[in-house]
Amino acid sequence: MLKLNNINKYYNAGTVNEMCLFQDFNLSVEEGQFVSVVGSNGSGKTSMLNIICGSIPVDSGTIYIGKENITRMPEFRRQRRIGRVYQNPAMGTCPHMTILENMALADNKNKPFNLRRGTNKKRIDFYRELLSSLGLGLEDKLQVKVGVLSGGQRQAMALLMSTMTPIEFLILDEHTAALDPKTAEVIMELTGQIVKEKRLTTIMVTHNLRYAVEYGDRLLMMHQGHAVIDKAGSEKASVRIEDLLERFNAISIECGN
Amino acid sequence: MILILGVLEEGLIYAVMALGVYITYKILDFPDLSVDSTFPMGAAITASALLAGINPILTLFLSFAAGAAAGCVTGLIHVKLKVRDLLSGIIVMTGLYSLNLRFAGGRANVSVLTKDTIFENPFLSDHMPQALNPYTMVLILFLIILVCKVLLDLYLGTRSGYLLRAAGDNEALVTSLARDKGMVKILGLAIANGFSSLAGSIYCQHKGFFEISVGTGTIVIGLASVIIGIQLLAPENGVSLLSRLGLPQVRPTTAVIAGSIVYKACISMAISMGMEANDLKLITSILFLIILVASTERRKKVKVHA
Repeated sequence: MLKLNNINKYYNAGTVNEMCLFQDFNLSVEEGQFVSVVGSNGSGKTSMLNIICGSIPVDSGTIYIGKENITRMPEFRRQRRIGRVYQNPAMGTCPHMTILENMALADNKNKPFNLRRGTNKKRIDFYRELLSSLGLGLEDKLQVKVGVLSGGQRQAMALLMSTMTPIEFLILDEHTAALDPKTAEVIMELTGQIVKEKRLTTIMVTHNLRYAVEYGDRLLMMHQGHAVIDKAGSEKASVRIEDLLERFNAISIECGN
Repeated sequence: MILILGVLEEGLIYAVMALGVYITYKILDFPDLSVDSTFPMGAAITASALLAGINPILTLFLSFAAGAAAGCVTGLIHVKLKVRDLLSGIIVMTGLYSLNLRFAGGRANVSVLTKDTIFENPFLSDHMPQALNPYTMVLILFLIILVCKVLLDLYLGTRSGYLLRAAGDNEALVTSLARDKGMVKILGLAIANGFSSLAGSIYCQHKGFFEISVGTGTIVIGLASVIIGIQLLAPENGVSLLSRLGLPQVRPTTAVIAGSIVYKACISMAISMGMEANDLKLITSILFLIILVASTERRKKVKVHA
């Protein structure tokens, strides 16, 4: 279970550009929950993910995973239990390394990075099998550098790599936003499949309202650092895209644009 | 013939350092100027050690270790104190100048001509056939660079080596793998400066002296070697000279070594065409500029075609 308690976060504190992002923000995510997060630009969606992952520090408040306080834990250490896929497909893979080398890197997460061989030959068949589950033909291109793959192929690999080793949380930061509609659909289906298979606790930020409605068992709509909609279970199941759009419109009238 | 041997010798010595620059510049994408001071550091330590009667082979390891320590300092300044990469190198480079004088016993030049070195010692004179005499140095240097290259290649194939490559390629992925990217950078800088210092040690034993200014321009030589070698023999994207000739592509480490020799050959050609030895550094930097411009030009062309 993930808990954010009384989070306060200001940008440019003490200057004329001071901006309050979160004021007394609370969130708790149950184990195994799949949370979809929507909201306009600047509403705090991505900042929330950054706070959970430790990419940006909080001004005050605490973050717990289970009973462990991780508020002061450095970003890289939190990643032992977290898998993260970014909006930019280039962020999840190494372009100058081959597909095989990338898979091996991901496979070695949470193992000592010592002087043993980088690629364990016995695991190659396993990597092939994983890659073939993507249906992109990557299993026949093991020696190809990832840099020459398309954005969709890279994002599929990034998703695969971030969920390859046992993790507790999957953090998806608009991971289909940079892809064409058809590829986005493929990646989204794959995401749903992986989350279900591995029973991962997932937080997915998306601008695609349909994905937010179709996927996940809880829906958050963020606005100015607060969750203005928070529906789970059967309540979430009855949410329609129109409801979300209506709320979006109400918000933008409120803000005067 | 003597000219060719001279070029080979110089090229092979600087190739050891260029392997280090390959790690920082190509793999880590870190412009590390500290090599300019770790190279003379290796020479200074070796000169003092040889005068103190320490085994010449042992001085190689000593120099590598000292260089690695200096590389760690550059890395720590950059990672922990958050100083920009270029400046971290400059700080270490400047500070080490004074330390190098101390390592050399407070003198700006030290001669070790009378001492046994890895090139001149009783063991060699007993076991090397007379006929091979002119080639002794090249053979020994070849052996050293071969060991360095093979070890580096092996290392880059390990899990730790993979992480090093990932750190230069995509820092975010290193964090995603729950590893501290700062530590990986420090490790890379340590290995790189270890190589640079090792090259300085070999240089000192080859020339028979230490001189405080031997390090000036090391980074330029290193970068030139890396860029020439990679461009000619192992370009990341595109067709190399070798594949045009129908030969298989070589590893980047091999290409860097070849690059160092080619670069030294160019310098030696410039001098034999009538340039003065005083103009050496000027030639060095102009040649480097030409190489830089030529290599970026090619990249542009590729983009236009694509």
